[in-house]
Amino acid sequence: MGTLALEGVNKVYRVGTFGGQTMHAVKDVTFEARPGQIISLIGESGSGKSTIGKMILRLASVSSGRILYDGQDVATLKSRELKPYRRKVQGVFQDPFSSYNPIFKADRVFGLIRDGFFPEVKGADWDERVHKALQGVSLDPDGVLGKYPHQLSGGQLQRMLVARALLLDIEFLVADEIISMLDASTRVDVLNLLGDLKAGGLGVLFVTHDLSLGNYISDQAIILRKGRIVERGPTATVFDQPTHPYTRMLLASVPALHGGHDSGALGQMDVVRDRQACLYHERYPGGDATAPASQANPTMVEVSAGHLVTCATVDEGGGCLQGGARQTAG
Amino acid sequence: MASLLPPDALGQPASAPRKIGRLREFLYFAVRDKKIFVSLAIIATLLVVAFVGPMLRDYGPNDYVGPPAQGPSSEYWFGTTTFGQDVFVQFVHGVGATFFVGLLGGGLAAIVGMTVGFVAGYRGGLVDEVLNMLTNVVLVIPTLMVLIVIVAYVDARGLLIEAVFIGLTSWPWAARAIRAQTLSLRTREFVDLGRLSGQSTRQIIVGEIAPNMSSYLMLTFILLFGGAVLIAATLDFIGLGPTDGMSLGLMMNNAVLWSALQLGMWWWFIPPGIGIVAIVGSLYVLNVGLDQVFNPRLRKL
Amino acid sequence: MTLKVRDLRVHYTTLAGDVRALDGVSFDIADGEIMGLAGESGCGKTTLGNSLVRLDGRMRHVGGSVELDGTELPIWDSVAMDRHRFHTISVVPQYAMSALNPTRKIGRMAAEVIQSRGIRYASVKDQFERRLALVGLPERVLDLYPMELSGGMKQRVVMILSTLLDPSLLIADEITSALDVSTQKAVAEALVGLRDNQFVKSMIVITHDLSILHEVADTILIMYAGHLAEKAPTDVIINGPRHPYTKLLISSLPEVGVRFAERRLVGIPGRPPSLLDPPAGCRFRARCPLADAQCEELPPLVEIEPGHQVACWKVG
Repeated sequence: MGTLALEGVNKVYRVGTFGGQTMHAVKDVTFEARPGQIISLIGESGSGKSTIGKMILRLASVSSGRILYDGQDVATLKSRELKPYRRKVQGVFQDPFSSYNPIFKADRVFGLIRDGFFPEVKGADWDERVHKALQGVSLDPDGVLGKYPHQLSGGQLQRMLVARALLLDIEFLVADEIISMLDASTRVDVLNLLGDLKAGGLGVLFVTHDLSLGNYISDQAIILRKGRIVERGPTATVFDQPTHPYTRMLLASVPALHGGHDSGALGQMDVVRDRQACLYHERYPGGDATAPASQANPTMVEVSAGHLVTCATVDEGGGCLQGGARQTAG
Repeated sequence: MASLLPPDALGQPASAPRKIGRLREFLYFAVRDKKIFVSLAIIATLLVVAFVGPMLRDYGPNDYVGPPAQGPSSEYWFGTTTFGQDVFVQFVHGVGATFFVGLLGGGLAAIVGMTVGFVAGYRGGLVDEVLNMLTNVVLVIPTLMVLIVIVAYVDARGLLIEAVFIGLTSWPWAARAIRAQTLSLRTREFVDLGRLSGQSTRQIIVGEIAPNMSSYLMLTFILLFGGAVLIAATLDFIGLGPTDGMSLGLMMNNAVLWSALQLGMWWWFIPPGIGIVAIVGSLYVLNVGLDQVFNPRLRKL
Repeated sequence: MTLKVRDLRVHYTTLAGDVRALDGVSFDIADGEIMGLAGESGCGKTTLGNSLVRLDGRMRHVGGSVELDGTELPIWDSVAMDRHRFHTISVVPQYAMSALNPTRKIGRMAAEVIQSRGIRYASVKDQFERRLALVGLPERVLDLYPMELSGGMKQRVVMILSTLLDPSLLIADEITSALDVSTQKAVAEALVGLRDNQFVKSMIVITHDLSILHEVADTILIMYAGHLAEKAPTDVIINGPRHPYTKLLISSLPEVGVRFAERRLVGIPGRPPSLLDPPAGCRFRARCPLADAQCEELPPLVEIEPGHQVACWKVG
């Protein structure tokens, strides 16, 4: 009930003059999200994380692959048919001041939801729903209603966007870098809000470049590099036992507030490339065909329960560069 | 769920009452802004002149009624032309004709330009390419040649044809400009949010993007209006304008043609000159004032 | 080198009145010290950095003095400051990385910048290449256009260029904010390297990211709403802050290891006051859990222990 599943999702852009060249932004992404869980999609710039978020929200088209919601493929639905899906899955974006049309009052976003989804609800009734939603995100309705976006703070605006999503009975929220433009002292409060909503049964896809935030709030973590998932699993496992060289490099680069850079572990970015030896090649030479994960993702290997890692030395066609058997989907 | 009601930080404005209607708010600022007030007053005055003026005399602008080349007098308020036509009557008819051509021609160009610009900017892709090609073709067409051909086949020409012709040929730059603005607004996240709220393309263009550009659209219209007035004057001068009637542009060009400047007949070209300047200038000042009303951030609150 | 800033006041003139961005800031920087300047948006840190070189024409110097190596800097006069810019005091502004002229190769741009300072490029070219190599940039970088370089590379080029004439003080404004975490480390190391190799004597590193400061800074200055809240050595700020704002700020930062399920972090409710008409007294008053009537008077900056200054009535 309310499961969001991506299967082999790809996004290819046409770039260059007359669209002659292509850019493969998202490569073969497969994962599953369930309500009541926060999954963080962690990656640097160019990793494709925002593109995945947009595809899930159907703000960008899917080049190939399936996005299944409760078993139905939403990737191929026409815009008219998306309304029931949009009642269940909504998004909040990075820049609070760009998310509101600056010439209208901020609470217009609630009016748009009413026009789009609840045209039959009466005025007083609707006002009450809005009040409840605002209180659910710890905002004082009198402090934010009737104001223009530039009169409110970034934190208030982001919370209002979450309230807007809550007016629908959503099961999933795609939160794309929602706190990166907020001040440090307000960030964690908005983040805690996500945690509280999760406790109420909401599923959240938390897109971020910030590992510490992902570690703080999420149950599952997915590490993306250049459009491909390199590692995923329960957050605690991925952060405590990072297996893929890229994950380990990322974690080593994060300056910890109380720890400092881990200068010993790994060298600079240039040293760590996919060409480094795949760490578990001995255990799973060329991937283990019998491991359940690798049947769906030929290049991913299940290292421990729920913890999957992409073979580090895999070529574009899915073949293991260290001489293992070439894996095919079936 | 713990409720962390944020305390009212010092410096935050007190909450405004929620139910002030948008129209009331608009009027509040409109009335208080001198620019809007004065420019609207000027335009209104000229409109009144255009409607009421022709009724003050019972002869037409091209009738020979008075002594030629006479300065302003109590009978002929704006004097007479070289041929004894009443400049004042010409003026009031001219203002009306000018408004007509400007509104219709400018308005038509605005509609076409906006439609093409918004659709091309928002949709992108193939639609954008096709519309761009159309824009470029219309831009490059030698309008004068086309007009001459048209004139050869159509006998009687009125203001309407002239206005329509101007409207259909002067829109390309507006389409380009609006397309550019739309392209940049389209990447703003409130457009995405609109789509997530179930808004259709038309609703987003009309409800989200266009209002954001409302002062820009007004300025575009003003420029198209002014441009239409000036193009009309040119066409009138070379005889491709309406076969009857009078316009401010035609007055000025007649004045130049009959050496009014050298002969010192200032009353022939100064009134129409001031008329054109007053119309176009007031519209511009109106636009600047409206910009402050439309854009809450520019308001001095 | 020493930098002495005394009671610096810088306002921005706007139609609505004076924005009191910096309202009485005093601190010292010693020779070889890298001072981090941290705070949230609107606290005045960028204004402070820019006012030391008079970079922004809208600023109005209202009061206070800045003394560098014993000479008073004419920070109210943009033309007079020109003598000092690049030579004794240099700035890497916030947008420097994106401000490189896209039509100029790096080498040519560097030559133009140096030339504009009245120095022959040929005399510093070797030094320039050597320093670029020190931060990991190959010589061929000089032949590339800015768009061919990554963000981290551009940032390092700008840093080396700004310090080519060995200024006494470098002000680096948010140089790691727009970079990926993997390149932030390289840039941060390059920054410290500038001081260690004595290309600059001291530095002010402006950022909102305290964890970067932990890497590079010797001392940290925390600002709030145009005033100075606390100044202390880095590990004292991070591990033993005394000012209520600093304490609340540090405890609200998630870092790898802290999880929501185990320990719920708390932010600071409310937001900073408007600097157009700031409240009298301590500006953190409205959000401070310890505030009372005493705080209606502005607390002075007091040294509670050697090297540790705090502006709060409730401390010390």
